[in-house]
Amino acid sequence: MTSSNGDPMIIAQDVHKWYGNFHALRGISMEVKKGEVVVIFGPSGSGKSTFIRTINRLEHHEKGKIVVDGIELNADMHNIEAIRMETGMVFQQFNLFPHLTVMQNIMLAPIQVRKKSKAEAQEKAMELLERVEIPEQALKYPGQLSGGQQQRVAIARALAMEPKIMLFDEPTSALDPEMIKEVLDVMTELAKSGMTMVVVSHEMGFARAVAQRMYFFDEGLIVESGSPDEIFHAPQEDRTKLFLSQILKH
Amino acid sequence: MTTSVSMHKGIQPPTSARPTALDWIKINLFSSWLNTLLTLFSVTLIYVILRGALGWAFTEANWAVIPAKLRLLLVGQYPSAVAGEVDYVWRVSLCLYILAAIIGLHWGASGRSGERYITALALLPVLMALIPVVYHLAVRPEGHTLGAAFLLALQILALDLVGLVGWLIGRWRGRRFIRLAAILWILYFPLVIVLVRGFGADYREGITPFASVPTRLWGGLLLSLLLAIVGIVFSFPIGVALALGRRSKLVVIRALSVIYIEFIRGVPLISLLFIGSLMLNLFMPSGISFDGVVRAMVVITLFSAAYLAENVRGGLQCIPKGQYEAASAIGLGGFQTMFFIILPQALRAVIPVMMGQFIGLFKDTSLVAIVGLLDLLGIAGGVIADPNYLGTQREVLLFISLFYFAFSYALSYTSRRIETNLGVGTR
Repeated sequence: MTSSNGDPMIIAQDVHKWYGNFHALRGISMEVKKGEVVVIFGPSGSGKSTFIRTINRLEHHEKGKIVVDGIELNADMHNIEAIRMETGMVFQQFNLFPHLTVMQNIMLAPIQVRKKSKAEAQEKAMELLERVEIPEQALKYPGQLSGGQQQRVAIARALAMEPKIMLFDEPTSALDPEMIKEVLDVMTELAKSGMTMVVVSHEMGFARAVAQRMYFFDEGLIVESGSPDEIFHAPQEDRTKLFLSQILKH
Repeated sequence: MTTSVSMHKGIQPPTSARPTALDWIKINLFSSWLNTLLTLFSVTLIYVILRGALGWAFTEANWAVIPAKLRLLLVGQYPSAVAGEVDYVWRVSLCLYILAAIIGLHWGASGRSGERYITALALLPVLMALIPVVYHLAVRPEGHTLGAAFLLALQILALDLVGLVGWLIGRWRGRRFIRLAAILWILYFPLVIVLVRGFGADYREGITPFASVPTRLWGGLLLSLLLAIVGIVFSFPIGVALALGRRSKLVVIRALSVIYIEFIRGVPLISLLFIGSLMLNLFMPSGISFDGVVRAMVVITLFSAAYLAENVRGGLQCIPKGQYEAASAIGLGGFQTMFFIILPQALRAVIPVMMGQFIGLFKDTSLVAIVGLLDLLGIAGGVIADPNYLGTQREVLLFISLFYFAFSYALSYTSRRIETNLGVGTR
C-alpha cells in the first residue's frame, strides 16, 4: 500500500469535455481521498455520468487534468491499462457478458489481465459471490438472474480485479424498487470495508448513510458540494434546494 | 388479495390427455368444411403428382446406370482396382473409419450433457460413409449382387464397430478425453487432405501405399465435398478477419477490406472461376503453377470469405456498446475484448445466416463443372453422355440431387443443433 488514509486517490482539476459543440463538462474540480465515499447527483444531462466515465477513461477529457492514484490520464495507452486495473466500474445496465456464466464473468479478467491461475481466480470469485450473497448462482447465465442479482454479479466482477477505486454509474436506476435494497446493502458493506468509491446515484438514503461528501452537478458544473448534513439540511444554492425538494418529495 | 393467492395454491394445472391419432386428424385436417375441402384437394393433388413420379421410378426408369457408374459418381477417376490400377480408394475409406472413431470417442467422452453440438457437426461427414460402402456394391461385376450386399453389410458393420470402440474409450476416460477429441477434430481435416492427396512418388508406380494421387483424378462426390469443406474451413477465418478489417480504425486496412469485399461481391462466381482457371497462372512467377482443383478451391474460398465477412459484420453490429465498455472497464485489451467478448456473441448471432451461406457454398461447388472439373455434377454430365446409357438424365440427376439434398440438410440440421445448444442461458 503506497497511499495511506487521507492521500488523494482521484484529483480532477478544471476538467472539460465537449460532444461536438455541446459543452458537457465545463470545468469540474474534485478531490477524492483514499477510503472516501463520494456521491454525485443532479438532473439528467448534467454531466455526472460523463465525469465518472472520464475517471477510467471510457470518455476522454479534452482540457484539464485528472490524476488517479498518482497516474495522470493522458493519451498514453500504457496509462489506460494501469488505470483500468485500479478502478472497477459498475454500470446502470449491468453489462454482464451474456454468453458466459456468472463464474466465468468474474474470472475472465483476473485470468486474462492479472494472469492469475484458474484455481486462484476461482477461489477469489467464489469468495466474492459469498460477499454479494449469491454463491448459489455461480453456474447460471446472467439472463437467468434477476436485475438485482445481475448488478451484484457486476459488482463482484469489478471487485475481482482488486481495484483501489470503485466507480458506480447509477447502479440502481434500472432496478425494481425491491431489488434496489439488495444492491445498496452490498455497496454499503463495501463502503464500510474502506473502499474508495465514487457513486453517481439519486439514492439519498444511501448517500446520507455512507457518503463523506456529496456533489450536485448541473449543466456540466459542480453547483454545490458538502457533507450530506450540509447538503440535506443547509443547501446554499437555490438550484440545489429545488432539485432536492423534487427528489425528496415522494 | 390474500384470498386469491390462497385460491391459486389449490388449483392444479389441467391434466392434458394425450390426443389420439384420430383426434389429431380431426383437429388438423377436418376441423371445418373449408379445411375438409382443402384437405381433400391437397390429397388429390399429391396423388396425381406422386402417381406420375412413382410410376416412372418403378416402371420406366433405367436405374441400372446408377450401380454401373456409381464409382465414377462417388470418387471420379480416383485410382481403383476396377479401372485396372493399383487400388487407392481404401485411403478414402480409411478417412471414414477414422471419422467414425473420432465421433464415437467424442460422443462417449461428452457423456449426455453438453458438447452434443460438436457431435452434430460431425454428422455431416458421417454421410461420407456412403462412398466406400456403395462403392463396393458398385464395383462387383454383374451377377454377384449377393456377394456385394454381403460386403456392404460387412463395411457398415465395421464402421459401426470402429465407432463403438471409440465410444467405449471415450466413455471409459470420460470428460478428460473431450480435449483429446477436440484436438483430433482439428487434426482430422489436414489428415483427410493428406490421405486423399498422398505424397512422394506418383501413384502409377505403385511403390508406396501412400503414393500421391494428382488432384485431376479427384472427382465426383469426393471432389464436391472436399471443395466445400476446404471452402468452409478456410473462408471462415478469412471472412472474420475481413469483417474486423472493415471495422478497423486503420484507414488502409479498412479500405483494402472494403475494396476486396465489394469487388468479390460484384462479380459472379463463374467469372471468378474462369479468371482463376485461365488467368491465375499468368500472374504467377514461371515454374509455379496450381492445378485446376487447387485453383477452384482458392476461388471458392475467397468468394465465400467476402460474403461471410458481411454476415459477420452484421453480427458485430448487434453487440451493444455496453459490452465493449464493460470489457474495457475490467482491463481487457482490444484483442482480448474481441476474442473473449465480442466475437463469441457476434458469431452466435449469425449462425443461421452463416450456415445458409455454407449450404449455398456447397451447392455452388457444382459450378466448377463449367471450368472442366469433374465434381458430382461434372461426372453426372459425363455419365449422361455415355452412349451405353442414353436417355438416363432423369435417373442420374435425381440421384445426385439426393446427395446434394442429404448434405445440405445435414448442414441445416447441424446449424439448428448448434443454435439450441448454444442458446442456453442467453435469454
